[in-house]
Amino acid sequence: MSFVETQKKPAEVIPAHPVVNDFSITVATINGTGSQTSNLTLLRALFKMGVPVSGKNLFPSNIQGLPTWYTIRVSKDGYLARTETTEVMVAMNAATFSKDQAEVTPGGVFFYADDFKQAITRDDIVSYPMPVKKLARESDAPSQLRDYVANMVYVGVLAQMIGIDVDTIQQALDFHFQGKEKPIALNFNIIEKAMAWAAENLVKSDPYHIEAMDATEGCIMTSGNTAGALGSIYGGIQFASWYPITPASSLAESLNQYLPQLRQDPETGENTYAVVQAEDELAAIGMAIGAGWGGLRALTSTSGPGISLMAEYAGLAYYAETPVVIWDVQRMGPSTGLPTRTSQGDINLTYYLGHGDTKHVLLLPGSANECFEFGWKAFDLADRLQTLVFVLSDLDLGMNQWMTTPFEYPDAEIDRGKVLWEEDVEKIEDWGRYLDIDGDGITYRTLPGNRHPRSGYFARGTGHDEHANYSEDPVDWERGMERLRSKFETARGMLPKPVIHTRSGAEIGVIAFGSTDPAVCEALDHLNDDGLAVDYLRLRALPVDEEVREFIRNHQRVYVVEMNHDGQLHQIISLEVPDRAIHLKSLTKNDGLPLSADWIRGAILDQERE
Amino acid sequence: MATQRTPKVNLVNLSKSDYRGAPTTLCQGCGHNSINSQIITACYELNILPEDIVKFSGIGCSSKSPTYFLERSFGFNSLHGRMPSLATGALFADTSLTGIAMSGDGDTISIGMGQFKHVMRRNVPMVYIVANNGVYGLTKGQFSATAEEGLALKGQGQNPYMPIDIVWEAVVGRATFVARSFAGDPKQVRELLKAALSHRGIAVLDIISPCVTFNNQDDAHHSYAWGRDHEVALHDLSYVPLAEEIMVDYDAGESKEVDMHDGSRIMLRKLESDYDPTDRSAILCMLEEANRQQELITGLIYIDTEQKSLFDLYNLPDEPLNRLPADRIRPRRETIDKVNAMMF
Repeated sequence: MSFVETQKKPAEVIPAHPVVNDFSITVATINGTGSQTSNLTLLRALFKMGVPVSGKNLFPSNIQGLPTWYTIRVSKDGYLARTETTEVMVAMNAATFSKDQAEVTPGGVFFYADDFKQAITRDDIVSYPMPVKKLARESDAPSQLRDYVANMVYVGVLAQMIGIDVDTIQQALDFHFQGKEKPIALNFNIIEKAMAWAAENLVKSDPYHIEAMDATEGCIMTSGNTAGALGSIYGGIQFASWYPITPASSLAESLNQYLPQLRQDPETGENTYAVVQAEDELAAIGMAIGAGWGGLRALTSTSGPGISLMAEYAGLAYYAETPVVIWDVQRMGPSTGLPTRTSQGDINLTYYLGHGDTKHVLLLPGSANECFEFGWKAFDLADRLQTLVFVLSDLDLGMNQWMTTPFEYPDAEIDRGKVLWEEDVEKIEDWGRYLDIDGDGITYRTLPGNRHPRSGYFARGTGHDEHANYSEDPVDWERGMERLRSKFETARGMLPKPVIHTRSGAEIGVIAFGSTDPAVCEALDHLNDDGLAVDYLRLRALPVDEEVREFIRNHQRVYVVEMNHDGQLHQIISLEVPDRAIHLKSLTKNDGLPLSADWIRGAILDQERE
Repeated sequence: MATQRTPKVNLVNLSKSDYRGAPTTLCQGCGHNSINSQIITACYELNILPEDIVKFSGIGCSSKSPTYFLERSFGFNSLHGRMPSLATGALFADTSLTGIAMSGDGDTISIGMGQFKHVMRRNVPMVYIVANNGVYGLTKGQFSATAEEGLALKGQGQNPYMPIDIVWEAVVGRATFVARSFAGDPKQVRELLKAALSHRGIAVLDIISPCVTFNNQDDAHHSYAWGRDHEVALHDLSYVPLAEEIMVDYDAGESKEVDMHDGSRIMLRKLESDYDPTDRSAILCMLEEANRQQELITGLIYIDTEQKSLFDLYNLPDEPLNRLPADRIRPRRETIDKVNAMMF
């Protein structure tokens, strides 16, 4: 069977049960061909139609030439997790044509570029050819841009066939090209041509439809990295040092984009911040810790390999008690691993980063909005605790576009913690940098530039006494470490509380964190439909506090769901509740793809049946 | 009968003891102690408040030194080879402060080569002293990367590798102030320190500082004896502070004046009539030639007072960043709607 025959085959039956706003679209393209603009246009247009939608870029570590997939999920119920199925496939890559065709759910749709001389082998799906090359050639695009605009053909054909509103496409293009008329017109033109071609040449014979809703009203669409940068700006960031790494780079780039707009004096042009691109992660963390010690709200952003390099300095920040914030936008490890695939594999690494007895505070945002919120809160916590605070995002949360509630202005004043200036030092007779006056493990610090003759001290990673003098005295050492432990205990009560969802009659629970939240929520809804009520605790910080212990005590079994291979959070939590550890079950999946609700549901059912 | 003497004070009303630190724990006779005492003297004589200085160091014998001077100053004893990055970040906090970084040859040229190169490239305004003894003292006498080829040390055998020349690296690395001295020449060390403290940019001072315990055989290049025999001073150096009337009078043609950023001035009385401390390519030829002759060139070797310092690139407010009140670092409430509108 040749593709020509398929094309001629008329549409047979329009299925009796249309599927509206509840399916997944996958676009198969080649990396570096500009398909990202087309995909984001589709995503944004759907969002503007009021349909809950999520988009995930499953891309290779490559600039140009390797296969890449973009999945869009539309869900009238508001489920935004990745699904295991593809109802609508758009095949724009000849190299993956067969694989992509095989991927389509029975009864699904297969759009494909008609210049691929490959056979349609499935008779249980509907296929539509698209004259991609022809329409691109006929467009008024300059020849060097033709490959890019060719991707707009599938936007137009898809829009026509599943019913995406042309006005919302226009809005999406307008946003993407920031109102620049020429590229907007160029792209819109070819979309319109493709729509017209589809209207004339294709007969709708599949069940998938988009209908406008009002379920995205009031929401915004953004990425976790953009949100994290903006949150940091509202947190009063004053210094950022960074080194490029996927998937964290766009956080620092967003700082560079938004800081001049939000933190520059409009009259003098003076900046209340500085951003330095460092020579490597060793220097990035060094600069940030220097700035934090100097009294600036300082941040660095990186991913796993960068965290490994930062280990030594992380220990110094812990022991010298220097505030600093590190964003770890996690990617798949160990080693270079899968640099463009998501994971939650740095929990253990960051929690204990550094040699000796080192432990850190971790914030675990579960949405783009929470990236904003923890962006500013991280600075308050770092200052108040005088320590390193990690914010653990991941590639999925950080780099993909998410619909989310709007950013909210911080509801608490900036809290710089226990800082003494000249007049404060004057009042205190016996000031010691590491002297615990309040009994909470948190001591008072002075900042360079304080001109009081008694304000200065020599910070160090070597052993020191309460007055920051070098000391190898066993008593001084143990006293210092014990105070650090008590500070860590104080931290438990200061961190964001977990979010707990309960269902009546639930005897088992799930603990999860971060970007898996949409998949967990959806899975638990389905399990409820299956007759299994499951409570859910979404962890938002480490170390845990009493609520987590109580949640575990109150359930017969608790599944710890996470995207790493070894069940790292499961290990950490088990240590917090040794008496209940055998009732904690680890459920892990770590294949580089965002978790799906189906997997979680299946994994819990498998365990419950045992 | 002892007469009651009031201690001498400088223009900011401090006595020399106000510039001291804790008693040294370095070996007796260590060149580093001599450097430390010249830092004390230079700061005292320049009337710098200790609170206006921030000290930085890495790890090693040299890096312990900041404990032994300027006790009233803030300081940070950071990580091995990673001090430049920490200093860079810290100095952003209050750019009116003057940084004095104390490092060693291992700390700077082995583990720290990367950060050393980049702190020069960024022209971070601070004095960067390398107390260079060609040996790892604190770990008991291993070769460092500045040790000369063929040097024999107890328990280490012979050094098989070529040495790295810190001054060469600094000139190539675009440091804007490069000098070398010898810990056994306190006057030159002091004058160079004063000039470096007035420089707005990175001032690299390679100070050969013999290790009396592990590397002081007479024929070792980092020993007192070798240093004294092979030192070739480029010039006599006099530093003239801004506030002091210029009393020094050199014959024109024999001296070169260099105006510093803060208005002070250094005078180089030339021993070699055609020496120009701003001509980088000529300097590299001179260093190569001196190397061939086994000479230790000392003095102010290179200076560029035009290059902008790191902080000049950032358009920062006059007020130190670390004293900005909360309302200047958090955008106003009304901006949040605009930000949300900027999202899709």
